[in-house]
Amino acid sequence: MPKQPGGQRLRLPLEWLGILPFMIFAVLFLILPTMKIVIGAFQTADGSFTLQNLIDLNTDSIRSAYWTSLKLSFVTALLGCAIGFAMAAAVVFGGLPKGVRNPLVTFSGVASNFAGVPLAFAFIATLGPVGLVTVWLRTEFGINLRAMGFNLLSFWGLVITYLFFQIPLMILIIIPALDGLKREWREAAAVLGATGAQYWRMVALPILFPSLLGTFALLFANAFGAVATAFALTGPQLNIVPIKLFAQIRGDVLGNPNLGYALAFGMIVITALANFLYIWLRVRSERWLK
Amino acid sequence: MSFLTMTHLEKIFGQNRVVKDFSLSVEKGEFISLLGPSGCGKTTVLRMVAGFESPSAGGITIDGKDVTGLKANSRNIGMMFQAYALFPNMTVADNVAFGLKVKGAPKAERDARVAEMLALIGLADLGGRFPFQLSGGQQQRVALARALAPRPSVLLLDEPLSALDAKVRVSLRNQIRQIQQELGITTIFVTHDQEEAMSISDRIVVMNGGVADQVGAPFEIYNRPRTRFVANFVGTLNTFEVEVADPASGRVMLAGQGLTLPDAPLAARAGETLSVALRPEALRLGRLPDAEALLTAKVTDVHFMGSVIRLKADLAGAAVSLDTFNRPDTPPPVVGSEVEVSLSGRDFILLQA
Amino acid sequence: MTRFFAWGAFLFGCLYFLLPLVGMTEFSLKMRRGEYSFDAYRRVFEDQRFWDTFSYSLILSAATIVVGVLLVVPTAYWVRLKLPQARPVIEFITLLPLVIPAIVIVFGYIRLYNTSSFLPLTGSALGTDILLTMGYTTLALPYMYRSVDTGLRTIDVTTLTEAAQSLGAGWITILARIILPNVMVAVLSGAFLTLAIVLGEFTMAALLNRPAFGPFMQLLGANRAYEPPALAVIAFAITWGCMGLMQLVTRFSKHERAKA
Repeated sequence: MPKQPGGQRLRLPLEWLGILPFMIFAVLFLILPTMKIVIGAFQTADGSFTLQNLIDLNTDSIRSAYWTSLKLSFVTALLGCAIGFAMAAAVVFGGLPKGVRNPLVTFSGVASNFAGVPLAFAFIATLGPVGLVTVWLRTEFGINLRAMGFNLLSFWGLVITYLFFQIPLMILIIIPALDGLKREWREAAAVLGATGAQYWRMVALPILFPSLLGTFALLFANAFGAVATAFALTGPQLNIVPIKLFAQIRGDVLGNPNLGYALAFGMIVITALANFLYIWLRVRSERWLK
Repeated sequence: MSFLTMTHLEKIFGQNRVVKDFSLSVEKGEFISLLGPSGCGKTTVLRMVAGFESPSAGGITIDGKDVTGLKANSRNIGMMFQAYALFPNMTVADNVAFGLKVKGAPKAERDARVAEMLALIGLADLGGRFPFQLSGGQQQRVALARALAPRPSVLLLDEPLSALDAKVRVSLRNQIRQIQQELGITTIFVTHDQEEAMSISDRIVVMNGGVADQVGAPFEIYNRPRTRFVANFVGTLNTFEVEVADPASGRVMLAGQGLTLPDAPLAARAGETLSVALRPEALRLGRLPDAEALLTAKVTDVHFMGSVIRLKADLAGAAVSLDTFNRPDTPPPVVGSEVEVSLSGRDFILLQA
Repeated sequence: MTRFFAWGAFLFGCLYFLLPLVGMTEFSLKMRRGEYSFDAYRRVFEDQRFWDTFSYSLILSAATIVVGVLLVVPTAYWVRLKLPQARPVIEFITLLPLVIPAIVIVFGYIRLYNTSSFLPLTGSALGTDILLTMGYTTLALPYMYRSVDTGLRTIDVTTLTEAAQSLGAGWITILARIILPNVMVAVLSGAFLTLAIVLGEFTMAALLNRPAFGPFMQLLGANRAYEPPALAVIAFAITWGCMGLMQLVTRFSKHERAKA
C-alpha cells in the first residue's frame, strides 16, 4: 500500500480538471471583470492606489442618484413582495377556483421576463401623457392625472412600471413556498386554540420568513441593476445610479474615467451588502432547519 | 348523557356521501377506536369532531354542550396528526407551550405545564431541541404532549403511529394508552390497523362505507363479528360451507362430522348450506379430548413466526390457516405431511350474507 | 371574508397587469386617425433594421444557448458525479449574475478586453460578438444551471455512467448520448428562457455597440410614437411564445413519462 497516498494526490487535481472549462469561463467573464472594477475604483489614471475616486462620489448629484436608486429598489421590492404575496396567497389559500392558478403562474413567467424597453413602451401607451388610462380618466371622469401631480417619468411612475416584473417574480418564487406550508400545521394551531391571525404570526410567517427575505433581496438587486426600463422610459436624464453609469460608460460624462469604476463599485457594494444581510438574517432565522 | 355524542352525522363531498347516518356515544374517560379501511369515513368523522369539517347533517355534543357550529379553535380539543405536524420553527418546549400561549396564559404557568408534560412523555431533557433533531417516535410524543398541555376535554388521534417503524409503534401505542388512562381523558383513535385498535381500545367502531358496522369491545368484535366485513377486516378467517342438520339445536355437518353452532336456533332449514367461519387459533393441532370433531388436513405451507407457527393446510376441501404455539420440544410439521386437527362448533362464527 | 380579500387581491392584480397590455395594444392600432389599423405593424415590418437586428439577436441567442449548454451540462454532470464538494462554489458562481448588475459586468468587459489588453475582443466586430455572447451566457447562467441541475437530480447519474462505461462508452459518448438526452427537457426549458432574455436585452448590446434588437427598440422609441407600442406587442408575443414553448416541453415530457 505504499503507493496509495501518491495515487490519491494525483487523482484529486484530475477530478477538478472536469470543471476547468466552467472555471475559466467564470474567471474570464464574471470574476475578472468584477475585479477590474473593484481594483479600478482604488486606482488613479496611472495605476497608483488612491481613495480619491470614492471620495469624489460624494457630490450632490451622485449622492442623490444613489439615494433615489436605493429608494426605488427598496420600495419596488417591498411592494412587489407584498402584492405578489397577497396574490399568491389568494390563489393558494383564498378559495379561488383551481383553474386560476396555472394561468397565473404562466402569466407570471411571461411578465417577469417582459422587462426592459417594451415594458416602458407599454406603460407610456397606458399611463403616458396620451396613454389609454390617462385619456380615459380625463374624458370620462374629468380627472387630470398630470394636474394631480402624477407623472410616469417620475419616481412613482418608475415604481408602478417596475412592479410589472417585480410582482410576477415574487409570485413565481413564493407559490412553491406557500405550497410547502403543511395543512397539519394550520389544523394543529387551530385545535390548540389559535386564531387565523395567530397561526400566521406565530407559525406560517416565521416559516416563510427565509423565502420572503431571499425574494426581497433578489427583487432589490433586480431593481437596482435595471437599466433598460428606466432608460427607455425617461432617457438618459433620470438620476439613478445605473443610468448615470450607463451615461458615464457611453460618454465619460463625469470627466474622470476612474470615477466610473467607483460608481460601479458602489453598486456592487450595495447589492453585496443586501445579500450578506439576507444570508445573515437567514442563518439567524433558520436555526430550525437541517 | 354521554360525555361525547355524535348523532346522525352525515358528510357529503360533492356527489360523494362519505359519512352516512353515523351515531356514537362515548363515555367520559373512554378510549374508542374508529377502525376501517381507507375511504371508510373514519377520518372524516374525526375531522368533524375536531371542527375541520362541518357535518352536512347531524350534531355533536361535548360534555352536554352542542359544538356542531363551533370553530375548531374554540372546542378545546387536543389532536395528534399522522406525522410532521410539529411546528418546525419552534423548539419542543415552545411547541408544547403553544396552546397555552395563544390562550394568554402567563409565562410561569406555561413553563410549569411544559415541564410537567415533558416529564409525562419522558423527554424532560429535550425541551430546547428543534423537531428536526428528534426521531419520529420522539416527535410524536412531543405532539402528544402539545395536544395535552392545554387540558383538552377530548383527545383525537388521527393515525398517529402510521409513519413510525414497527417497534416504536408498539411502545408508543402502549405509552399513549397508559397516559390516557392516567389522565382519564376521553379519546378517539383513528386507525386502519386492527391489531393496534384491539390492543389499546375500550371499544372499537368498525366502519365500512361511511357507516358503523359494529361497535363493541375488542373481545366482542373479534370473537362475535356481526357482519362478514367485520369478520374479514378484523383478524384472519377460515370460511367453510356447512350443511344444516337440525336448525333448532344448531346442529350442522362438516365433512361428515357433526358440530353444534352457538347461535341456535338457526335461521335456515335442514339440508341448506350455511357459511361459517373459524379463527386460525380455533383449529387446533392434534387430538384434543374436549373437541367435537377431528379432521385430517394436509399441510401446504409452514410459516415459523416465533411464538406462533402459522400453517396453511387443506381441510375438508378448503384452504385454511391454522395457528399453533411454538413448543421447543416439538418441531413444526413439514410441508406435505398429514396432521390431525381438532375443532368445536362453539368456536364457529355464523356469517350473515 | 377570506374569500372576499382573496378575490380583491386577485382582481386588483389582474387589473394592474391587463391595463398596460390593453393600453399598448390599443395605442399600437391608432396610427391612422379615427380608426383602428395595423399601419404601425406594417411600418415596423417594412423597416429593414427590424429584420436585421432581430435576426442578429436570434443568432446571438442561438450562440448563447450552445455555449450555455456546452458549459453547464458537463459541469453540472461532473459535479454530481465526482465533485459534490465543489457544489457550493459552483452554485455561488452561478448565482453571482443575479447579484452583480449586468451593467457592471459589461463595464468590466469594456475595460478588460479593450484594444490594448491581453485579449482585445472589443477590437473587432466578431470579437465583440463573442464578448456579447459570453455576457449573455453569464446572464442566463443562473437559470440554465438550475434547470439542468434539477433535471440531473431526477436521473441516477452514477448508475447511468457506470452502465455506459461497462459497455465501453467514452466521456463524450456518455455526455452526448446518455446524459444530454435525459436532461433534454431541462436544457430546452433553459434554452427558451435564454431566448426570451437575449431577444429583449438592451444594456449589454447597447454598451458594446452591437446592432441588436433591444437597442433598436429603444432607438425607435425615442423617435416614433405608434411603432413602439406595436414593437411592445410583438415583444410580448415573443416572450409569451418562449414561455409557452417552455411549458409545452415540460408538459410533453411529463406525458411521455406517464405513458412509459
